[in-house]
Amino acid sequence: MASEDSLRDNTSTTPPPPPPPPPSSSSSQQQSSPSPLSSELTSSPPKSTTSPFTTEAILQGKAWVFGDDINTDIIIPFRFKSRTNDPNEMAKYAMYGIDPDFHKKIGKGDILVAGRNFGGGSSREQAPVALKYAGISAIVAESFARIFYRNAFTVGLPALEVPGIKDRTVQGDVLVVNLGQFTVTNTRLGDIFQAKSVPDFMKKMLLDGGLVEYFKKNQKFPWT
Amino acid sequence: MSTYSLSSPSSQNQVAKILDNDSMTFAEKAISIKSKRSQSHDANRRNDSSSKMSMAGDIAVVDVDLAMAQDSTGPLAIRSLNEMRIDKLYDPSKVLLVIDHTFPAADEKVANLHAMMRKFASKHDCMLIEGSISHQHILENLAYPGMMILGGDSHTCQAGCLGAFATGIGSTEIASIWATGQIWLKVPETVKVLLSGNFKKGVFARDLILDFIGKLGEDGANYRALEWTFSDDIARRDLTMDSRACITNASMECGAKLSVFPFDKLTEKYINDNPRRIKEDSALEIHPGSSATYVDEINIDCIGIESMVSGPDHPDVVRPVSEIAGMEIDQAFIGSATNGRIEDLEIAARILKGRKIHRNTRCIVTPASVRVYEEAIRRGYVEIYLESGAVFTNATCGACVGTHLGALGEDEICISSSSRNFVGRMGALSSKVYLSSPATAAASAIEGKIASPEGYL
Repeated sequence: MASEDSLRDNTSTTPPPPPPPPPSSSSSQQQSSPSPLSSELTSSPPKSTTSPFTTEAILQGKAWVFGDDINTDIIIPFRFKSRTNDPNEMAKYAMYGIDPDFHKKIGKGDILVAGRNFGGGSSREQAPVALKYAGISAIVAESFARIFYRNAFTVGLPALEVPGIKDRTVQGDVLVVNLGQFTVTNTRLGDIFQAKSVPDFMKKMLLDGGLVEYFKKNQKFPWT
Repeated sequence: MSTYSLSSPSSQNQVAKILDNDSMTFAEKAISIKSKRSQSHDANRRNDSSSKMSMAGDIAVVDVDLAMAQDSTGPLAIRSLNEMRIDKLYDPSKVLLVIDHTFPAADEKVANLHAMMRKFASKHDCMLIEGSISHQHILENLAYPGMMILGGDSHTCQAGCLGAFATGIGSTEIASIWATGQIWLKVPETVKVLLSGNFKKGVFARDLILDFIGKLGEDGANYRALEWTFSDDIARRDLTMDSRACITNASMECGAKLSVFPFDKLTEKYINDNPRRIKEDSALEIHPGSSATYVDEINIDCIGIESMVSGPDHPDVVRPVSEIAGMEIDQAFIGSATNGRIEDLEIAARILKGRKIHRNTRCIVTPASVRVYEEAIRRGYVEIYLESGAVFTNATCGACVGTHLGALGEDEICISSSSRNFVGRMGALSSKVYLSSPATAAASAIEGKIASPEGYL
């Protein structure tokens, strides 16, 4: 599981990887909880022979579902992000524009699901940083605004573009994100969604934990 | 000082070939010229090693001429450099730090981050500007046609008004440019916009771009370039450089990666009137090819545009002033990078002259730069504002981002010529921001409610 560990920040300020959260029990349609690492969910669809990865990173988390046009001022307002350079401080304001207490409600490893244009507006890298340090392990959205999308990969927060995901996910669904295949599985429904592909160098950067971690490991930038 | 000389294409064969190409958009040409390596998404072109052209959808690694970060993105960029243990900048003369967002520092925490930036700029001997908004400083002093500008600020796209390729990215990617001089870019598809006709009385560039965003949607130009051109000389005559800058700045609100007015006589005149140092052979007249491929073509007749108001909460919720006139306001804000240039301050002064701000309303005027500030004093506008009861602040992004000099309390309503109206943008989550032209904001300040500027002009 080296690659899964490497998705998380290795600095001492970051808590260790959490255990997978319990699946939602509120839905009568809830299937028995599959093990994300051993079931057929992770081996399907077939592995791509061109995959550059020797190990595939699997994330599992409970879904928080949001609507369209969740902008960066909602994700972290300027007046908070501009007064600190500490990621753990930024995390206290994650999704403040919708719920100032949201950061207290997030379980480690939870996954954000959203509609169109997630992360529109500002160039603030603090937006994906705040979400990541608040415990969010991945974002799956119908589409992303372009600067946020770049920034998410930069900070090592998986951002997967999956048209149709919002309407097929309800709050509390347990999702499995496979970063090798770039797929998202809704364990309640058994749906497997293929996310929009990204260039190999972006995937490598993501699997190394972001741009800073990539550089520390390789002493070069992914595109140089 | 020689301020403006176009490079001679004959001395640069490859560049000349790209400039002359008839089938490339502005974005394709600008990126191809700066491209060191390009990977085509098209297999046929990928195998053609002689092709140096980067076309829409390709990914290119480009040389960057200017990489900027401001006081809410710079500290994080510096932190990332430190974490990577990078101690040497590729070329400090291409690095710009700007302290503009919370300037002067509103509290101790901000002051500490500002100090961090000053220390970094001093250590590396890079450019540091305090007290002018970055986008206006770049427009007035640094940008030139064909320049490749990356900024840790989404509104960096404003410099497209001078025919530069300019776009926003995040802090750590800016740090990587400071370290290497390069960045990767995906070549955007382009939407061509053709402008014609003249504005009605009381209608301005801001109304045009608000109307445009309302039609295109909040993500209507996400990943795309907007190429603004003219289908007649009337529109070309009426859209000053200040107006062009308003349009290219606000294009971010429909997600545009690039928003550009390709080089023309006005570009040349502006640069001659506002001299700057340009390295020999750097400035390039990039004209889109006549058979370039566009994903969309939009024609706008300016005469059909009304005074518009956008908001609250989303930039694409747009309607004519007449449909919302009469809504009571607590504050009117005129200025910022989107509308804090001298043409904007002039129209505000014309409307406010000899009149009083409504007693239930605050009015704040914020210029975009020190140069605009000085010009407003010289022309007597500041006196007019103060006599009307308005506040005139230093150049800053303060009110626009709700950090200082005009933040909103709970349930307050503001009409503003600033850039955004997102939830809680200017303060309390329950406050509401409506965006308009400076003229509409000034008229509203007098009436204490949203009002059309038409009767005041």
